[in-house]
Amino acid sequence: MSQTWIILGAGSAMGRAFARKAATQGAHLVLAARDQDDLDRTAADCLARGAASAAAVLFDVRKPESFAPIYDAAKANDGIINTAVFVGSMAPQDDVDADPNVGDLTIQDSFTGPVNFLHGLAPIMEARKGGTVLGIGSVAGDRGRIGNYIYGAAKAGFHTYLSGLRNRLNRSGGHVVTVKPGFVDTAMTWGIEGMFLVASPEQIAQDLWTAHEKRKNTLYTPFFWRYIMAIIKSIPEPIFKKLSV
Amino acid sequence: MRWKTAELTGWGRVLTGKAELARPEKPAALSQILKKSPAPAIGAQRSYGDAAVNGNGRAIDMTRLDRFISFDPETGILHAEAGCSITDMLDTFAPQGWMPAVMPGTGFATLGGCIAHDVHGKNHHKAGTFGQHVVAVDLMGADGSTKTITPESDPALFKATIGGLGQTGAIVSAKIKMIPCSSRLIQVDERRAANLVEFMEMLKASNATYCVGWIDGTANGQSLGRGILEEAELTSSNMAPKRRKPRKVPFNAPKFALSPPTVRLFNRMYFNRIPKQGRGVLRSLKDFFFPLDKIHDWNKLYGKRGFHQFQCVLPDETAERTLRDMLRLIADAGLASPLAVLKRTGAGRAGLLSFPMEGFTLALDFPNSEKSRALVAQLNALAAEAGGRIYFAKDSLATAAQARQMYPELAEWQKTVEAADPEGAFKTDLIRRLKLRTPA
Repeated sequence: MSQTWIILGAGSAMGRAFARKAATQGAHLVLAARDQDDLDRTAADCLARGAASAAAVLFDVRKPESFAPIYDAAKANDGIINTAVFVGSMAPQDDVDADPNVGDLTIQDSFTGPVNFLHGLAPIMEARKGGTVLGIGSVAGDRGRIGNYIYGAAKAGFHTYLSGLRNRLNRSGGHVVTVKPGFVDTAMTWGIEGMFLVASPEQIAQDLWTAHEKRKNTLYTPFFWRYIMAIIKSIPEPIFKKLSV
Repeated sequence: MRWKTAELTGWGRVLTGKAELARPEKPAALSQILKKSPAPAIGAQRSYGDAAVNGNGRAIDMTRLDRFISFDPETGILHAEAGCSITDMLDTFAPQGWMPAVMPGTGFATLGGCIAHDVHGKNHHKAGTFGQHVVAVDLMGADGSTKTITPESDPALFKATIGGLGQTGAIVSAKIKMIPCSSRLIQVDERRAANLVEFMEMLKASNATYCVGWIDGTANGQSLGRGILEEAELTSSNMAPKRRKPRKVPFNAPKFALSPPTVRLFNRMYFNRIPKQGRGVLRSLKDFFFPLDKIHDWNKLYGKRGFHQFQCVLPDETAERTLRDMLRLIADAGLASPLAVLKRTGAGRAGLLSFPMEGFTLALDFPNSEKSRALVAQLNALAAEAGGRIYFAKDSLATAAQARQMYPELAEWQKTVEAADPEGAFKTDLIRRLKLRTPA
């Protein structure tokens, strides 16, 4: 029987690519993002590509009242419910330094918002006895760096939540994958200087699907970021604090 | 919207230009960009020359607008965003029994690009051009507003947009009528043609749905114009096609890779691989339609210097004589690569600047050098003299005067284009090089 996938942030390049991947596997889709017209179009695209169904539900991670309609749309389908969380925002560190409110929003978009959503969803997943949560964190969450440590801190918090949720859902047959993508070729990174080894959203989507099937706990994607981050994490703090990597 | 500085180049990698590039992911974002900074839209950058280059300017990369908007399994009409690739359409809809009516030689080409060049395929003599299967185009002007045009609603604008090199506006999405696809396998019959006369006769006599010839650009004398004719029909087999993983050309090849002796040897082996009595093989649709797509970045085989593709179409009356002259020049120069095609074309064309005409089309690649540029210039002149045309999607060396001679409807096209884009916001290097928007 087809499983259901909730895709939070289906309007992003990665969300869209993963929605397509799930569509070709014949899944029921609940696509959630802020732009209804665009979401409708992505839903039509997914149907053409083989999705069993595709609901387009308006969603804003800063508006908790937008969560319930998504839970309801997912519950309308029988069987296992899975979720992929692509929401988050990365304000430039300079903007955050100038206005603390900007930092609050980054934390809300990347940490507290998704956490609230997942916490509301967890009992529903438990009742269905299974399902995967793909939580998109970031390599930026592995160590605080001068360039974007508010975003990094938000993602680190999210990683810790995902680890706890994995512990919890495991008891009902569910699973959580903590995903740490490196640089991905999206609108967020387009035209930013200093990008290297940039992966396509399709590559990431394929990795995500494999990690879901193999029930991986932590996924660095592309894989070599595991080694890059191992090096960055191993730099002793007395030295690291003087670097700007 | 952030702009990214990028080096734009055609597939031939000879003509290049630095430009600022935007890449919208939603039609609404495209509209915002055009309103603020109108610029030509580009697709997969698979045209060979400078059609997708806007040096020292800006361009809009359409490849992230690549969704299927709707599909009607009763009529086969597909509404899709302009950045959808032909391969994506084939992969998605062939299992559902449908395929694009016309497919160019690479599946990486986008819907928008196929319309803007009014491309043709191996079935041109039967199915006409890509544009003849376009039902409607959603065209966005420099003001960011979208208008849906059809052959009935806006006949002049439609004919200026199909094959119109993006000059009437950004093609955001379009509706095309696909054809039934009975199978994912195709039966290919291959036969040798000993020389040009025999080759042209075989091409003329062929009644196959798909028909294409590989021509040996190194053969001379008795064998001038020899090659292999491929005729193909869809099968009714339900077997899933075998698929090999695509390979990638990792770096620029050294010069000797395509030196004359290597090419001569390769061509002889390629010709002799087909038994004298011919042979039949089953291929996957993708292997047949997009043979080179299996080798990613195959343009790097020509090394850093890049290459020129010459493609002309010649009317029946002058074709044989002109082809003979051309092939002699090519064989004598010894510059051709193994990639060479001779094909029959029908009269079908959907736009004012569409390439095809009833006759024969010849296409060859030449590694870029002073000698090969001189050779292609000679070939261009021969094509013009014979009442033929060169293909804007391929050209990098024609002259403005030749373009005028070859495309008699240019003035009519210019009138509609000037009305649609009075500021000249959508001009590209190709347009400037051949002065296509300058009144004669």
